[in-house]
Amino acid sequence: MERDGDLPRIAVFGAGHVGPVIARVAVDASYDVTIAASAEPERIALITELLIPGAEPRWAADAAAEADVVVLSIPIHKFAAFDPALVAGKVVVDAMNYWPPVDGVQELFEGRRYGSSEIVQQHLDRSMVVKTLNQIGYHDLEDQRRPAGSAERRALGVASDDSGALDLVAEIVERVGYDAVRLDSLSAGRLLEPGAPVFGASLGRSQFERALLVEAA
Amino acid sequence: MAVSPFPLVFGLDTFGDVTHDEGDRPLSHAQTIRNLVDQGVLADQVGLDFFGIGEHHTDDFPLSAADVVLAAIAARTARIHVGSAVTVLSSDDPVRVFQRYSTLNAVSSGRAEVILGRGSSIESFPLFGYDLADYENLFEEKVDLFAELLKGEPVTWQGKTRPSLDNQDVVPHTESGPFPVWVGVGGSPQSVLRAARYGFSLMLAIIGGSPARFAPFSQLFSQALESVGRDALPVGVHSPGHVAATDEQAREEFWPRYLEVIRRVSETRGFAIPTEESFRFEIGPQGALYVGSAETVAQKIAQNLTVLGANRFDLKYGMGGLSHEALMTNIELYGTQVVPRVRELLSRSQDG
Repeated sequence: MERDGDLPRIAVFGAGHVGPVIARVAVDASYDVTIAASAEPERIALITELLIPGAEPRWAADAAAEADVVVLSIPIHKFAAFDPALVAGKVVVDAMNYWPPVDGVQELFEGRRYGSSEIVQQHLDRSMVVKTLNQIGYHDLEDQRRPAGSAERRALGVASDDSGALDLVAEIVERVGYDAVRLDSLSAGRLLEPGAPVFGASLGRSQFERALLVEAA
Repeated sequence: MAVSPFPLVFGLDTFGDVTHDEGDRPLSHAQTIRNLVDQGVLADQVGLDFFGIGEHHTDDFPLSAADVVLAAIAARTARIHVGSAVTVLSSDDPVRVFQRYSTLNAVSSGRAEVILGRGSSIESFPLFGYDLADYENLFEEKVDLFAELLKGEPVTWQGKTRPSLDNQDVVPHTESGPFPVWVGVGGSPQSVLRAARYGFSLMLAIIGGSPARFAPFSQLFSQALESVGRDALPVGVHSPGHVAATDEQAREEFWPRYLEVIRRVSETRGFAIPTEESFRFEIGPQGALYVGSAETVAQKIAQNLTVLGANRFDLKYGMGGLSHEALMTNIELYGTQVVPRVRELLSRSQDG
């Protein structure tokens, strides 16, 4: 796939279940993609070569420095120790979810006053956090992509407090193969969390918007 | 994908879902477990190679001590391999797991196998006082110790998750080397690398979405084995399904039970409840469920073993609420019709 030099460069953090899939669909959509795990890039060289051909493995700091957008798909229990300086000034896609029955109880994310991405934004106070890609199963993310205008095209919610970051990431979501439904705050992004009607649901744009309205009411 | 150099192996896995009687009332845990022994014996009678039980600790899946049930099956059979599918090693003690399965291996004259993994449920963590956030560390350390124990020599080991061992002889010793160990992988490439590092076989747990997307995992496994200087190892596929006399009957028996089970799991796991549309996709040629007549299921297995370069298929049969009789029919059809048909399809495609 030919790279498009005008597109934002994407760094994916996390080489577990989710990160490689996000990296792969981003490569397919012609983005320049790097991937980083917690250790040296050599350790994920084989994973990158076979699962994400076209992407480059990097140290996290290098990947972030070269990128316009950093996707966080790390285990949420590791987030408390994540260094905000790594992604200062960057648009950060928070693809993580907090769901204690699966992840265990994380003190940082306990308390129902804030959504998990609001807490991520508070912690990454020099970044522009966008919540998306969290509400689709990693095994669906690749299978369910459809071209714009397709009747089967699924919608994904995209939420941020920063309108520029929201536009940038919504464009990525659209280009990857989903209709982006914009929510203009991370607080509203709580409607995209586990347990909400749109979480994991395969809905077209109008169904998705309707489900959000019902839930918000 | 290259054809696997290993012989074809066909197994059944179950989570011991509670079955219902003809009045749709749940059977007791005790009766469910006794029926499970009969199911394992039938699996042997119809020529299947493996019978696996997945560890769970809930009212719906009361199989918390799978190895005891496997020993009962072993006592009534002579050929079929018996094993866990999976053992939740992170919340168990590797020494005890080794002892239990080495004992099972003795009782069964060398027919024990272990599949290690996280499994599809995680209730063993709070039950045994483990923190889910420690999952990776627990698994990494315990796999390391388990691999040491399998070597059969006295073990010296230090870690953070259990007391150290100093030149400790762990019994019973196996008669002829380690029993087969697999790592169940649900989507993490790091787990594939880990399996290769320890020389464990790879079991791809494909329970939703397109099986073909796992093909790169087989390649990753094969190259990772090569990079650590190991010979090729078997690759298996574990997927849910239900075989009945016709496609329609299989669908009608399975769908309401599947919907109900996933609905209940969704409440604690936060994911979407299946729809008739998503179910149709999953049982179709691109999906992960093997629901239908013997011919439909055989075609799909043959296709996916080829796509995935795998030599083993374990059908996860049963779904809470189905009757014991429906499960026995499923097992019989799988052993007597599906498996011979898959063998036929694969030998034909190899000849071609």
